[in-house]
Amino acid sequence: MKHLFVKRAVAATLAAALPMTALAADKPESLKIGMTAFLTGPASVFGVPARDATEIMVENINAEGGINGVPVEVSFIDEGAGAESLTSEYRRMVESGGAEVMLAAISSGNCQTLAPLAEDLQVPNLMWDCGTQRIFEENDYKYVFRTQANATPEMLASVIYLLKTKPDFNTIAVVNQDYAWGRDSWDIFSTALKAMKPDVEVVAEFFPKFGSPDFSTEISRLQAMRPDVILSTSWGGDLDTFVQQASQRGLLNNSTFVLPLAESSLERLGSALTDGHIVGARGDHYFLHPERRDDADFQAFMKQYEEKTGEVSVYPVFHASQAIAALQAAYDKAIEDNGVEWPSKEQLLAALEGLEFQGLGRPVTLREDNQGIEAQLMGTSVQTGDYPFATLENIMIFDGAELTTPVGEISTEWVGSLDAGFIDSVTVDTYEN
Amino acid sequence: MNFAIFLLALFDGIAYAALVFIVALGLTLIFGVMRILNVAHGSLYAIGAYTSISLTGYALSLGFAPVLAFPLMIVSAVLVGILIGAPLEKFLLRRIYDKSEVLQLLMTFAVFMILEDVQRLVWGTRPYFDSSALQLLGNVTVFGVTYTAYQMILLPLVAIALLLGMRFFLRHTVTGKLITATTEDREAAQSIGVDADKVFLFTFVIGAILAGLGGALASPTTSILPGMGADMIVLSFAVVATAGLGQIEGAALTALMIGLGRSFAVYLYPEISVLVPYLIMVLVLLVRPEGLFGTSGARKI
Repeated sequence: MKHLFVKRAVAATLAAALPMTALAADKPESLKIGMTAFLTGPASVFGVPARDATEIMVENINAEGGINGVPVEVSFIDEGAGAESLTSEYRRMVESGGAEVMLAAISSGNCQTLAPLAEDLQVPNLMWDCGTQRIFEENDYKYVFRTQANATPEMLASVIYLLKTKPDFNTIAVVNQDYAWGRDSWDIFSTALKAMKPDVEVVAEFFPKFGSPDFSTEISRLQAMRPDVILSTSWGGDLDTFVQQASQRGLLNNSTFVLPLAESSLERLGSALTDGHIVGARGDHYFLHPERRDDADFQAFMKQYEEKTGEVSVYPVFHASQAIAALQAAYDKAIEDNGVEWPSKEQLLAALEGLEFQGLGRPVTLREDNQGIEAQLMGTSVQTGDYPFATLENIMIFDGAELTTPVGEISTEWVGSLDAGFIDSVTVDTYEN
Repeated sequence: MNFAIFLLALFDGIAYAALVFIVALGLTLIFGVMRILNVAHGSLYAIGAYTSISLTGYALSLGFAPVLAFPLMIVSAVLVGILIGAPLEKFLLRRIYDKSEVLQLLMTFAVFMILEDVQRLVWGTRPYFDSSALQLLGNVTVFGVTYTAYQMILLPLVAIALLLGMRFFLRHTVTGKLITATTEDREAAQSIGVDADKVFLFTFVIGAILAGLGGALASPTTSILPGMGADMIVLSFAVVATAGLGQIEGAALTALMIGLGRSFAVYLYPEISVLVPYLIMVLVLLVRPEGLFGTSGARKI
C-alpha cells in the first residue's frame, strides 16, 4: 500500500512538473542577448551605429522595467574579427554565456555561416541586417528569423523608382564592389530591369575591388561613354570615394546615379552628392521618414541618438530597432498567449511565427518562411540648405509584400518573370520630401 | 581603341602611377640602404593621410584659406617622419639589423598591426573625405572628359620632382654620398669615419616622410579609412619587387607600367584590372628573379 502511494506521489509530481517545464521557464535575472556587428573593418560604418543604437534602445527598455520585469543585457561580437572567431564567440555566448536570443549578422556570408549554427545550437536567431535573399530560398530554418527585407525587394524598389521617375533612359552602366553583394545585387537589378524594360542597353560593367581607393579610370571611361544612368550598390568608404571623385569631375552632371545604399552615406558625402540622384535605404529607413518623423517615439530616439553619436541615424540603426522591437514583441506575445511569467524557447519560437512589430519605420511582419516583410523607401537627392548634406525629395514608400519573392520561389527566376505592368501594380505612397 | 581613348587611359595611368611611385620610393630607399623591408610603411602612408586631413580640417574650421592645405601636407609628412619614423628606427629597427630577414619582416609587420590599431583609436572607423586642396586647382577637360588638375598635373609633377631630387641628392650632395657609401659597404664607410647609425636614422626618416607625403597627397582624392595602409603596402611592394629592391629609377618605371597596365585594363577588360599589377610582377620575376633593374649583390642605389 505504502509502495503504491509512493509510486502515485512520484507520478503526480512528475505529471505536475513535466508540463511546467514544457510550458514555461523560470524568470531569469536578466534576458541575455548577443549581437554580432562589424566593430572593426570597413563595414564598421554600419556596425558601430547599430551598436550605439542598440545600447540606447536596451537602456530605454530597461528604464521602463525591462521585458515583464526582466532587464535586457546585450553583448556584442565583432564580425570584423573573421568568420572563425565569430563562430566560436557565437557558440560560446550561447553555450556558456547564457544568451537566450542571438542577433546576427551584418555580413551575408556570416548569416550563411551562422544560420545552420543557430539551428544546431537551437538558439532563436534574428537576422537583423544581412541582405542575401538566399537564406530562406535555399533552406528551411526553425530557429532563424529575419526582421528585415532582403536584396530582392531592395533592388526591385530601386528599379521601379528609376523606371517611374526616369522612364525614357536608354543606357546604363554599373560600378559595384567586387564581392558577393556587388555581384548578386547587380544580378537581381539587371534581371529586373531587363524584364521590365527590355530595350535598355548595359554599356559597361565595372567591379573594382572591394576597398578600392581610386575610381579615376572608371570615371574617365564613364565620362567618355556618357550612359544615362549609373548604378552603384557600393557602400561605406567605397561609395564615398566613388561619388566624391565622380562629383569632382562633373560626372554627376552627365548621368543620373542610382545609389541603393546611399542613405547611409548622405551625411558624409556633404555637398558632393548633388541634386537629382536616386537614393535608397535598404528599407523604409530615413532620419526624416515622412510617415514617422512627427511621432513622439521617433523624435525622442533620433534626439537621443544624435546626442550620443553626433551623427544622424542611418539604416543599420533602423534595422537594429526592428530586431529589438521583434525581440520585445515576441516575448510580450509569448508571455500573454501562454499566460506565463517567462516563455520557454518553444513558446518564444511560436510567438515569432507571423509576428508583427514596429521599430523606427513602418510595421514589419514575419512571413511563413521566416522572412521579414519590410517597406522600401526611395528618394531623389536634393541640397536644400537645411542640412550641410543632401536630403531626399519625391520620396516613394513601396509596400514590402508585393516586392518580396513569393514563398518557395527563387528570386532571380521570379524577378525575371515580371514585366512592365508590374511597375504600376505596386502599391506606393508618395511624399514631396 | 581610338587615339582619344588611348590618351585618356594614359592620363589615368600616369596619375595613378605618380601616387604609387611616391610611396614606393620611400620603401625602396629604406630597403636599398638598410636592407629591411618595412611593412609599417603602409601605416605611415595612412597616418600621413589622416594627419593631413585632420590638420586641414582644423585649419579650415579656424577660417584659414583652403590653400593652406598644401603646406599642411608637407607638415604632416614631416611630422610622420620625425614623430613616428625616427623613434621606430632608433628604438626598434636598430636592434634587429643583424637578425634574419624573417624576424625583421615579422617585426615591421607587428609594428604595422599596432599602428593600424592606433589609427582606429585616434581617428575611429568612420571614413573621412576632404578635397578642398583638390577643388582649389580646378578641372581640366580633354576630349570631353573632365580631369582634376590635381591628379592630372600636380601629382605627376611632384613625382617627377621627387625622382629628380632624389637622384641629385644621392649623387651630388655630401649627405647623399655618405648614404651611398654606407649602402655600398657599411664597415668600410665606418672605418673612414662615417657615422652609419646617423645615416640609417636619416634615411629611415626620409623614407617615412615619403610614405607620409604619399598619404597626404592621396588624402584629397580618396576616403581616408582603416585598411588603406594595407592596400598601399601591397601595391608599393609589388612595384619595388618588380623594379628590383632598392632601385629608384626602376621603381618609377615600374610604377608607370603598373599604373598604365591597370588603366588600360579598365578600358579593355575591366575584370582583370585588379590582377594587372601582380601579373606584371609575376611575369617580370619569372624572367628576372632579381627584378627589372635588380643586380645580385652589388650596390643597391
